[in-house]
Amino acid sequence: MEKRNNLKAWLYLAPLLILMGIFIFYPLINAFYISILEEYRPLAPGGATATGYTLSNFARILNDELFWQAIKNTFVVAFISVPISILISLVIAVSLNSIPKLKALYQTVFFLPYVTNAIAIGMAFAFMFHKDYGLINLMLSWLGIDPVNWVGNVATWWAQMGALLVYTIWGGLAFKILVFTSGLQNIDKQYYDAAKIDSASKWTVFRRITVPLLSPFILYISITSMIGALKAYRTVIGLFGERLGAQQNSMITIVAYVYKYRSAYQDVSAISYAASAAIILFFITVVFSLIQGVVSRKRVHY
Amino acid sequence: MAEIFVENEKAYKRRRLISNIVTFGFLSLVAIGILIPFYWMILTSLKSIQEIESVPPILWLNFSDWKITNYTDLFLTVQSGERAGEPLFPFFTYMKNTVLISFLTTLGTIITTILAAFAFARLNFKGKDTLFAVLLATMMVPGEIFILTNFLTINQFGWYDILTQTYTEAVLAMTIPFMISVFYVFYLRQTFRKIPDELYFAAKVDGTSDFKYLLKIMIPIAMPTIVTIIILNSMGAWSAYIWPAMVTTQDKYRLVSNGLRGAFTDTTGRTDYGQQMAAATLVTVPLIILFFTFRKQIMRGVGRSGIKG
Repeated sequence: MEKRNNLKAWLYLAPLLILMGIFIFYPLINAFYISILEEYRPLAPGGATATGYTLSNFARILNDELFWQAIKNTFVVAFISVPISILISLVIAVSLNSIPKLKALYQTVFFLPYVTNAIAIGMAFAFMFHKDYGLINLMLSWLGIDPVNWVGNVATWWAQMGALLVYTIWGGLAFKILVFTSGLQNIDKQYYDAAKIDSASKWTVFRRITVPLLSPFILYISITSMIGALKAYRTVIGLFGERLGAQQNSMITIVAYVYKYRSAYQDVSAISYAASAAIILFFITVVFSLIQGVVSRKRVHY
Repeated sequence: MAEIFVENEKAYKRRRLISNIVTFGFLSLVAIGILIPFYWMILTSLKSIQEIESVPPILWLNFSDWKITNYTDLFLTVQSGERAGEPLFPFFTYMKNTVLISFLTTLGTIITTILAAFAFARLNFKGKDTLFAVLLATMMVPGEIFILTNFLTINQFGWYDILTQTYTEAVLAMTIPFMISVFYVFYLRQTFRKIPDELYFAAKVDGTSDFKYLLKIMIPIAMPTIVTIIILNSMGAWSAYIWPAMVTTQDKYRLVSNGLRGAFTDTTGRTDYGQQMAAATLVTVPLIILFFTFRKQIMRGVGRSGIKG
């Protein structure tokens, strides 16, 4: 029917593909290349120089204590914040779906964190977690709990992590709630009617009907939010500033580790270290996506 | 039989009332939790230093006690240091930059997106499906991988020179690399594909060119989707943090997020929380206004991204 129109199609695609070529495909390949260059100086006067090829950049990253600190922080953020925020937003979405009135109002409120500036609100959270003047410790004192030093200079690692997790979960709810509520609207009402006739309990309905029918959405959300959590960065900047923690680098994440080298691009190999760390991050996200894909094949009900 | 039914009906109604109360209670609790940081931010920005540092914290300020000094102080000139002569928080400069970057990036993105989405939705060419799959795959790659080389590329283009960078060069560096969005191409292609083929063939019979068909028929039909893309994309510049800081040489070229952190801590490490929260409020308010103006489009657009095509 329609004839092929190769030349014309490529003309329409040209603006996108040229920009993607320069700013996505080339950098992607180049990142792998510079990660194996020895003594690479990209900004040396008279042009970039390197002395050969090596895997020592990766070795140096893997021997860097700070990198493992970054891995640990990032994994703790991801493994704790993702399941908790998915569970909370599922319960919220189901609750939203069961109320006849005010649904739009609640939805609007729940969506607010999505449209705010992560740094600005991070600063607000930092002050909420202030040991003496903060709201959190005041609320804890109502429950008879002694003030905790969350983000101050001598805060413990878990206290800082606690503040970071609260902020991460708060910021991650909006998108998940929105996706789950739109998912719930696609579920055929007759399943719930059938459950009502059998007078099934709410918990049974949630476990046996809602969760299985929402499983494609839950899978999608767990993959995207896992990838998002593995790239945590602006939440840390918002809460702790460029120090990346109550103590220097105590809450450093993998992305923050990559960016740590940005001010040192003039230095020998600095960009190669950054590239190696970014590539390790890339493989971590790929592995997680694959694992979740395999798990889903057994569990997801389409 | 009828009596039993009535009993059940009563019990059912009571159970539903209780469950409604529990549901509303739970949702309201979460809503308060979502709103508290905003409240705390605005409240703190209106307090005096004494009020901020009172223990236990003050939870409510009457309107007559609101102080706007934290806001006015942001515009006072810095007396000494490397930023001498500039306002403490150059909000209007940052805003101007942010709006400009946002506008140019969105304009570029919408052009590349419409053209590419048209090719994928309407035209027939060799390797179409493969190319589309490759483009979608790039969405998986963390942007941190690109950013390293992109910084070097910007250098090679001559847009980043510590001594001589001009405003135009800074703007180019902050916009050109971001005039691409595979996700929006995907999103718009879905909309374009819903437009009936008959319209296209009818236009062809009339001798309408492809480009004119795109301009006069497809874009107007897909306008709601395009508007959603424009709004979502414009919000991006507000959260841009790392790239603007990397590719600009001067404070006055930067965007709102960059100026926020660090500016309110003096050399002794003491932070002025009132000013900090005032600046955070100033940055947050335009976004909230944008959100309430285009609430439907924003929530629909973001929600759509969660539904598998």
